[in-house]
Amino acid sequence: MSAAPTVAATERAPPILRVDALKVRYALDGAEIAAVREVSLDVAVGECLGIVGESGSGKSQMVLAALGLLASNARTLGSARFEGKELLGLPLAALNRIRGSKLSMVFQDPMTSLTPHLRIGVQLAEVLVHHAGATWSHAQRAALDMLERVRVPDARRRLRQYPHELSGGMRQRVMIGMSLMCEPKLVIADEPTSALDATVQAQILALLREVRAQSGLSIVLISHDLGAVASLAERIVVMYAGRVVESAPTMELLRAPRHPYTSLLIECAPSLHRPRLDRMPSLLGLPPSPRDAEIGCAFAPRCPRVTDRCRVQRPPLRRIDEVAEVACHHPLAP
Amino acid sequence: MIEPRESLLEVRGLRVEFEGRAAVDDVSFEIAPAEVLGLVGESGSGKSTLARALLRLVPAAQGTVRFRGTDLLRCTGRALRRHRRDLQIVFQDPLASLDPRMTVGETLAEPLEIFEPTIGTRERRTRVAEMLERVGLAPQVAGRYPHEFSGGQCQRIGIARAMMQRPELLVCDEPVSSLDMSIQGQIVNLLSDLQRDLGTAMLFISHNLAVVRHLSQRVMVMYAGRIVEIAGASELFAAPVHPYTRALLAAVPDPAAALCPPGEPLVYSYER
Repeated sequence: MSAAPTVAATERAPPILRVDALKVRYALDGAEIAAVREVSLDVAVGECLGIVGESGSGKSQMVLAALGLLASNARTLGSARFEGKELLGLPLAALNRIRGSKLSMVFQDPMTSLTPHLRIGVQLAEVLVHHAGATWSHAQRAALDMLERVRVPDARRRLRQYPHELSGGMRQRVMIGMSLMCEPKLVIADEPTSALDATVQAQILALLREVRAQSGLSIVLISHDLGAVASLAERIVVMYAGRVVESAPTMELLRAPRHPYTSLLIECAPSLHRPRLDRMPSLLGLPPSPRDAEIGCAFAPRCPRVTDRCRVQRPPLRRIDEVAEVACHHPLAP
Repeated sequence: MIEPRESLLEVRGLRVEFEGRAAVDDVSFEIAPAEVLGLVGESGSGKSTLARALLRLVPAAQGTVRFRGTDLLRCTGRALRRHRRDLQIVFQDPLASLDPRMTVGETLAEPLEIFEPTIGTRERRTRVAEMLERVGLAPQVAGRYPHEFSGGQCQRIGIARAMMQRPELLVCDEPVSSLDMSIQGQIVNLLSDLQRDLGTAMLFISHNLAVVRHLSQRVMVMYAGRIVEIAGASELFAAPVHPYTRALLAAVPDPAAALCPPGEPLVYSYER
């Protein structure tokens, strides 16, 4: 297991993506909504970083902000550097030279992210034509190669089909293929398997693993499913209420979570490998609303280790050992 | 196969067609009173269509669905309405299955207005408050609208609505799939409390095998419209027979697999 790139980043190659003090806020009906309170993280070259959190934890908002994909009423502060180049505030033309080519995205729902009235082959090919200035005939050959690479059976026929003619799993393969057309250095996959069945999910995760082994690209894998993330990522960042609460290499995080929230998340993940219990493990209560003012630790109301200090003083994210960072006044022993 | 002695629900040779093609094909099974029967399978395998056909939300082409001896597929008018009280359903998307223009109190009072029109306003209000408490919500939320609640809370409301008439059979169609991991357990525990306290039988549909194992006494596996395996929960998970069941079991990404020493139970000290 390699050391966490957050420490090593300065000594080694610079990170491919560095998010620094990123904040996302919305003004809604006079109130301010903090979708992302503050997040800093690095993605090392060749690394697969998992980001885990519940809905509303800010994990998607954070990457959408970095890519300039948020709604116009969102206010983004901080910095997001891709290969050292600041993405925030970049003019659209310059941003579009990076998005879709060097940095691409795979979304949760492959049906709504594909264009319904265009054939699969056209959609794949136009990525190359648009971003790499390829000719249509070259791009169409590349599209066929790509469908074979992402293991879509009967690829030649599939090129002429429309998205609705493909199953959910096939569509997600096409989406992954599309994200790889320009040989990106970083792919951000936001809940890529959440809409899929268990057996198909396993196939898509296997495909991502294979693609990574072939090309050495970096991946950010965002999911609420710790199991799915753990099967691919070397390092996991856990988010809660718009902040990072823990970051550690996958095996360390699973074996010895330091933040009480991470520990509870692991217990709550339904598992066939544990004995059947009387009660299903669950977290009581709800995460705080992004509308609420932040006082103390956001997890305090649900935390089994809470003390008075947690309710008034927010624990900063700090390095706890060589590999892990945690934001907790009373972290669990390793 | 385990044969329950006395069936609450007995399904024989059920077939549902869409444009001449069978979505549910020759399906037979029973549910005993107070039993939880799990149903697993992939999207498109016919799980939800089966659930809807039992409640006559989609028409069946062939077969019988006997509920306490009466064939629901041949019931009409008053008799059908009477049975609708005894079979209720909880849907996957908790927010979409609630009427956005009705307060929670109105939503829960509606079954009472339909099935027990003679009871007074005060009793209705009491019954709504009792049910809200039973599903873990404060009675004061009766005046609020669905959009004011989180997904987990909306699912509690959906369960409360289904339970208002104390049905004998509750069909749960992926009731926790759209909820966050940490909330799923809350809803599963609520369903198991209802089953224990009220003796409600359930057909529990999910693609999450761990959740199905937790709640069910027996589990059916559906594939391409047919039941391919039906067994006691512990037998099915310990020794799956059908290749599809095995594939399904092997596919689950499971963080515990990597960390849990076999046979050593974890202690869940935080619960309740």
